[in-house]
Amino acid sequence: MSAPAPVPPPSLPAPIGLLAELTHRCPLGCPYCSNPLELDGREGELGTDDWRRVFSQAAALGVMQVHLSGGEPAARRDLVDMVAHCAAVGLYTNLITSGIGLTPKLVAALSEAGLDHVQLSIQDADEDSADRIAGYRGASARKREVAAEVVRAGLPLTVNAVIHRANVSRAGAVLERAIAWGARRVEIAHAQYYGWARRNRAALMPTRAEAVAAIGEIERLKAAHAGTIVVDHVIPDYHARYPKACMGGWGRRLINVTPTGRVLPCHAAESIPGLEFWTVRDRALGDIWADSPAFRAYRGTDWMVEPCRSCPRKGVDFGGCRCQALALTGDARNADPVCHLSPFHDRVDTIVLAETEGPAAAYAYRGRSPADASIDRS
Amino acid sequence: MTADTPRPTPALDPAGRPTLPRGVRLKHDELRGGWVLLAPERLLKLDAVSVEVLKRCTGEASLDAIVDDLAAAFAAPRERIAADVDAMLGGLVAKRLVDMR
Ligand SMILES: C[S@@+](CC[C@H](N)C(=O)[O-])C[C@H]1O[C@@H](n2cnc3c(N)ncnc32)[C@H](O)[C@@H]1O
Ligand code: SF4
Ligand code: SF4
Repeated sequence: MSAPAPVPPPSLPAPIGLLAELTHRCPLGCPYCSNPLELDGREGELGTDDWRRVFSQAAALGVMQVHLSGGEPAARRDLVDMVAHCAAVGLYTNLITSGIGLTPKLVAALSEAGLDHVQLSIQDADEDSADRIAGYRGASARKREVAAEVVRAGLPLTVNAVIHRANVSRAGAVLERAIAWGARRVEIAHAQYYGWARRNRAALMPTRAEAVAAIGEIERLKAAHAGTIVVDHVIPDYHARYPKACMGGWGRRLINVTPTGRVLPCHAAESIPGLEFWTVRDRALGDIWADSPAFRAYRGTDWMVEPCRSCPRKGVDFGGCRCQALALTGDARNADPVCHLSPFHDRVDTIVLAETEGPAAAYAYRGRSPADASIDRS
Repeated sequence: MTADTPRPTPALDPAGRPTLPRGVRLKHDELRGGWVLLAPERLLKLDAVSVEVLKRCTGEASLDAIVDDLAAAFAAPRERIAADVDAMLGGLVAKRLVDMR
């Protein structure tokens, strides 16, 4: 059934990374969650064999690293099986987790199965605030234990935190907490506004002054702790001059598979109307990578319009993020408006300034009804 | 690295035994050819010399012994090899991709 992946034409780059969104289920309700507003239910999720086939095809296609994410990947009962399969086909496995659902037994089993790395997210350095952001009382205390269990199992730990209005003043404290927990790496990522984060943008966007202060603090700590901890600092592109090469270029390095098996060039690509996505239920991953309309739509630079079309940086940043271009200019082919060369560049400022005035709006917790704002889950 | 670039003073203990920590893997890239170093959210393409160095970072051999071995294998001046290895491993130690035992 799983025929060997066809050899792609020489002009086509081979992907290096696969983001496997194993499920959208998650006990937490982070308002900054990048998952789509329409969450996939358990019924439609790929089965263990489907994922095994996808991982085998990915390895044959040239993928080196698999990021097991979600939702909460620990909500999948077959997580250990999947890690073992990835290890067997030579893939480097990175578990991206909130920690909730990772029992000590599961951590040990994952380690045994050959898991390479754990990235544990926290919501804040202040535990009460963190639980409020996660919409789940007790989450912070549990994450502290999980971090200790991961380190005890001998697995390398990264601590990740998404920065927004409620925690922007404690970005440095997050970094120090990661060191105290024995992490080898910490990722401080200013929120990117897709999915639930887009819905909650008015509640999440920090002021420019707050963001700039946090960036300065992290850069200072990064230098001070060099050699102790690796700091990956993802600064908000709303304050940059040029956009980032989103996904390292569309259809150039990375593949995203959703819980139901849809294959996306980036995890927010479904926000672009009119793109046709193929699924691993119907086709081999190599065929999808090479030929699916969604991957072909913005691969390379031929699809570009001005100012990107004649810009010397077009092979460097690939015109930035298609989803952001669509959201702020109405056309995904436009330059990412974060770019100062974009005729729509002023819209970035209009949004940043407009949304940071006045008191923060209430959170719409991910996957919960607006009436359900209680953080005491049972 | 050319011979006339000023080198930082050696940073690593010559008696220390370099090793790849868990979560960092040396892997041959079948499809594209060559070797890569896989690490948390990192993928470094390696040149031929780096591969030879990293293959010897088993946690058993001392840095000194590795340099001896490379100098013999490449019939190159020991001092130059020592400086190159120190610079390369020093960079990886700073990024926490190599540990010194
Ligand atoms: C969607 S989560 C799924 C995995 C797991 N539930 C977790 O939170 O760690 C994947 C990663 O993206 C990060 N993340 C979520 N929303 C984000 C956003 N709006 N901007 C940047 N990073 C985000 C999370 O902190 C986590 O590291
Ligand atoms: S970011 Fe928060 S809500 Fe989203 S999947 Fe991770 S833990 Fe769940
Ligand atoms: S004009 Fe387009 S290609 Fe040039 S820097 Fe801006 S976004 Fe990048």
